[in-house]
Amino acid sequence: MIQFIQNLGRNTCISFNKLGRSTYFLLQTMSGMFSVLGRPRLLLNQMYSVGVLSFLIITISGLFVGMVLGLQGFYTLSDFGAEETLGVMVAASLVRELGPVVSALLFAGRAGSALTAEIGLMKATEQLSGMEMMAVDPIKRIITPRFLAGLISMPILAALFSAVGIIGGQMIGCGLLGVDEGAYWSQMQANIDFQDDIINGVIKSIVFGFVTSWIALFEGYDAIPTSEGVSRATTRTVVNSAFSILGLDFILTALMFGDN
Amino acid sequence: MDNSVSSQDSLVSVRNLSFSRGNQKIFDNISLDFQRGKITAIMGPSGTGKTTLLKLIGGQLFPDKGTITVDGQNVHNLRRTELYNLRKRLGMLFQSGALLTDMNVFDNVAFPLREHTHLPESMIRTLVLMKLQAVGLRGARKLMPNELSGGMSRRVALARAIALDPMMILYDEPFTGQDPISMGVLVHLIKSLNSTLGLTSIIVSHDVHDTSAIADYIYVLSGGKIVGEGTPKEIQESDSEWVQQFMTGAADGPVHFHYPAKDYVDDLMSSGKRY
Amino acid sequence: MQHTSTQDTLVGLFVASGIVGLFFLAMQVSNLTSFVDEDSYTVTARFDNSGGLKIKSPVSAAGVKVGKVSSIYLDPKTYQSVVQLSINSKFNTLPDDTTASIFTAGLLGEQYVNLEPGGSDVYLQKNGKIEITQSAIILEKVIGQFLFKSAEEKK
Ligand SMILES: Nc1ncnc2c1ncn2[C@@H]1O[C@H](COP(=O)(O)OP(=O)(O)O)[C@@H](O)[C@H]1O
Ligand SMILES: [Mg+2]
Repeated sequence: MIQFIQNLGRNTCISFNKLGRSTYFLLQTMSGMFSVLGRPRLLLNQMYSVGVLSFLIITISGLFVGMVLGLQGFYTLSDFGAEETLGVMVAASLVRELGPVVSALLFAGRAGSALTAEIGLMKATEQLSGMEMMAVDPIKRIITPRFLAGLISMPILAALFSAVGIIGGQMIGCGLLGVDEGAYWSQMQANIDFQDDIINGVIKSIVFGFVTSWIALFEGYDAIPTSEGVSRATTRTVVNSAFSILGLDFILTALMFGDN
Repeated sequence: MDNSVSSQDSLVSVRNLSFSRGNQKIFDNISLDFQRGKITAIMGPSGTGKTTLLKLIGGQLFPDKGTITVDGQNVHNLRRTELYNLRKRLGMLFQSGALLTDMNVFDNVAFPLREHTHLPESMIRTLVLMKLQAVGLRGARKLMPNELSGGMSRRVALARAIALDPMMILYDEPFTGQDPISMGVLVHLIKSLNSTLGLTSIIVSHDVHDTSAIADYIYVLSGGKIVGEGTPKEIQESDSEWVQQFMTGAADGPVHFHYPAKDYVDDLMSSGKRY
Repeated sequence: MQHTSTQDTLVGLFVASGIVGLFFLAMQVSNLTSFVDEDSYTVTARFDNSGGLKIKSPVSAAGVKVGKVSSIYLDPKTYQSVVQLSINSKFNTLPDDTTASIFTAGLLGEQYVNLEPGGSDVYLQKNGKIEITQSAIILEKVIGQFLFKSAEEKK
């Protein structure tokens, strides 16, 4: 029993310690923002590896998710004779929930894990330490550009996911199952609100991009500098990002869509 | 401590330094001096804290007690920008080379120049090629770090360390794991860099033979203490058991071959325990 | 650092595709294009019961969407529901004897305001009033009346 309480106490201390360190890390990262904006080359290179390289997985997944929504939505809605509202259903699910959430989960798996592994290995091979000794701040030089790239890429990827998904839903719904194309789009336009749905979806994806990049970079920076330490940090990135994305999604949804 | 060598001549002086990691005391009140323009070696068995000492000098770790002054500045009292300005004048050669793996040899050597100067790209090219020429790797400029052998990596790292024309270079075990030829190349390089550029060098090593050949002064560390110091000749003739064991490579002596453990026979007989 | 221009081009395309995606969501998917406030005028209608009508519920005439509900409040004196309708300025020829009714799209669907134009030559003006209204049909009420009636008939 005493053992249990001791362990509990120790683990609580460790968690708070980690939270504190990660917050400090985040502040340091953000303080490097301005110097990165002065060096767009660094940001551009990271936009490539964080954003462009996630493009394919996001758009292909978005297309398939949209097609499945079209199919499932059609069968459910046709029971009520409400096939014309298929567009609304597909678009609302994608823009509000699936677009930001699924693309953030994929982003954590594709780009987040890669970031953790990259930073962790740079630490393990003393590259970060070496940079410090060359009077170059590794946070400003290495971390901040990656953080910024994640922050910018995530809303782009989520928007692409939703857009491609809506087109996928239309392909299945209108092309295959015979829903009227005019109804698909006009019902959608009548019911999807720019402010409430689109903007809120974008806000969600920015929050997820922020959190996922933060977790991925911190886990890499904080990794035990051995191959085992880096592999465990990579796993933690994916698990912690997934939890944070889903938990935050619940909170954000409650805040945004709660009052109507 | 022997301060008779006039400490105003020393570029780095370590005074009454104590440092521990957790419960492990790594340095226990040691003082060392590193003379300007000289090559000073720090020797000792692995795990004594040689790398730790270099990191303390570079301001990456903080001592528990004592001070370290580099060129008249107390490293651990400096503000961040001052520390960074000091580091620009220090070159450090890491044990692993620590080359940036996503850049080729040329960009690695150009890295400190691009970060710290606003020189035009043509000037950077000239400087980088000069540094690469000095380490004999001008022809390897397009290779990536994973295409280099261990010896070549260290030479590239050396070219990078001298890119900003530092006043001092810290070498962390530059000879470990090198074949005799690249070892010879490195020994020659370190020596010639020191004399032609007027550098001060600190070499961490446990290679007795080669270090003796180039060092002007040697400190032998063990168990958190300085167990011997002097010119290579003095060290070789030292009557300290510690130093003799280290220099001759005897398996047992004041430095034990075995990690502290209970009695061997008892340990074997106490069956039933897992470890 | 790879200074390849292909990479830069791809990053450029990536960002551009993101902007196109967002533009698509804004213009094609959402109602951003439908009504901007300056292009509309407000008229008021009073209902005894506005049922499940909400702000932003559609307003349509002959099945065509012409505007949306901009506010709903209770008149403290008459205890009527005051509904303000924001009508697109394109539809500025609604007669002043137009009837406003609250209908339900489908059996369980969303409620909307239906406008039934009358025969008057005078058009509804900005801040005008729709005098003839028909309240929402409250399903529970209808069922209740129906049961009550059939119970009386049986007696
Ligand atoms: N990051 C660290 N955390 C905890 N202990 C460390 C760390 N780095 C080194 N040590 C310990 O400090 C001691 C000295 O290490 P080091 O300076 O690398 O030795 P050397 O370079 O002389 O081989 C070792 O016993 C090692 O276990
Ligand atoms: Mg070492």
